[in-house]
Amino acid sequence: MIQLILFSIFAGLAVLGGIMVIAHRNPIYSALFLILTLFALAGEYVLLLAHFIAVVHVAVYAGAIMVLFLFVIMLLNIRTETQAPGAFRYMIYIAIPLAVLLFLELGYLAFQGFSEVTVKANTFGTVESLGNALFSTYVLPFEITSILLLVAMLGALYLSKRKLSEVKE
Amino acid sequence: MQGIPISYFLILGAVLFSLGVIGVVTRRNAIIIFMSVELMLNAVNLTFIAFSNYLGNIEGQMFVFLVMVVAAAEVAVGLAIIVAIYRLRETVHVDEIRLLKW
Repeated sequence: MIQLILFSIFAGLAVLGGIMVIAHRNPIYSALFLILTLFALAGEYVLLLAHFIAVVHVAVYAGAIMVLFLFVIMLLNIRTETQAPGAFRYMIYIAIPLAVLLFLELGYLAFQGFSEVTVKANTFGTVESLGNALFSTYVLPFEITSILLLVAMLGALYLSKRKLSEVKE
Repeated sequence: MQGIPISYFLILGAVLFSLGVIGVVTRRNAIIIFMSVELMLNAVNLTFIAFSNYLGNIEGQMFVFLVMVVAAAEVAVGLAIIVAIYRLRETVHVDEIRLLKW
């Protein structure tokens, strides 16, 4: 019962944050509401017994990615978004019905009658069980992600160091 | 997790994914489009973890790890591209960046 209450609180916070992310005009408020959503999702992960993932999620998203977002928003001094000219403003009347349709398609799967979740062993989702799988069966994908991070770092460095004003057409 | 049916988590994931789609399609600010993409990735992560719990299998959480790495790489490169575009065009609104549009 207490879990259902916690789930409802976290789900409400997540959806509220998600709505404010796409509805707020000021990008900084959008970023802060996205942090709220990410924290609420970390709570959902704890309810799903994924404790280690929840901690990593908070550290990586709220600690690194969102700081990067806020840094770029403040660096660029972006003005509050105004109403779009032209046909762009009518996009929302097409987007919302299509998104509702997408939600119904995705939600259809959820109503297919998954039975009640069974009680897991105490070790499910701990660092030990995750580490065992990560460094035995999945050691190759784990190593490949390090190459991906290296390439992303090099790409970001290259993009931000080059003088782009010379290639202006 | 003895009390909550998995359907609730799947519905929550579907709601967040749909919100992300609306954000990507309707907003003009490239940074907010990136945030909406993050929202969609997180919805998928929630679905992965819900099914990982449902099946009693740790592999779903492994995929969440990989998705997080890809999200971090995407944000690093994407924000660098946005900064470069801003230095070139003084704007981050996607409807004003139409070099590839004919």
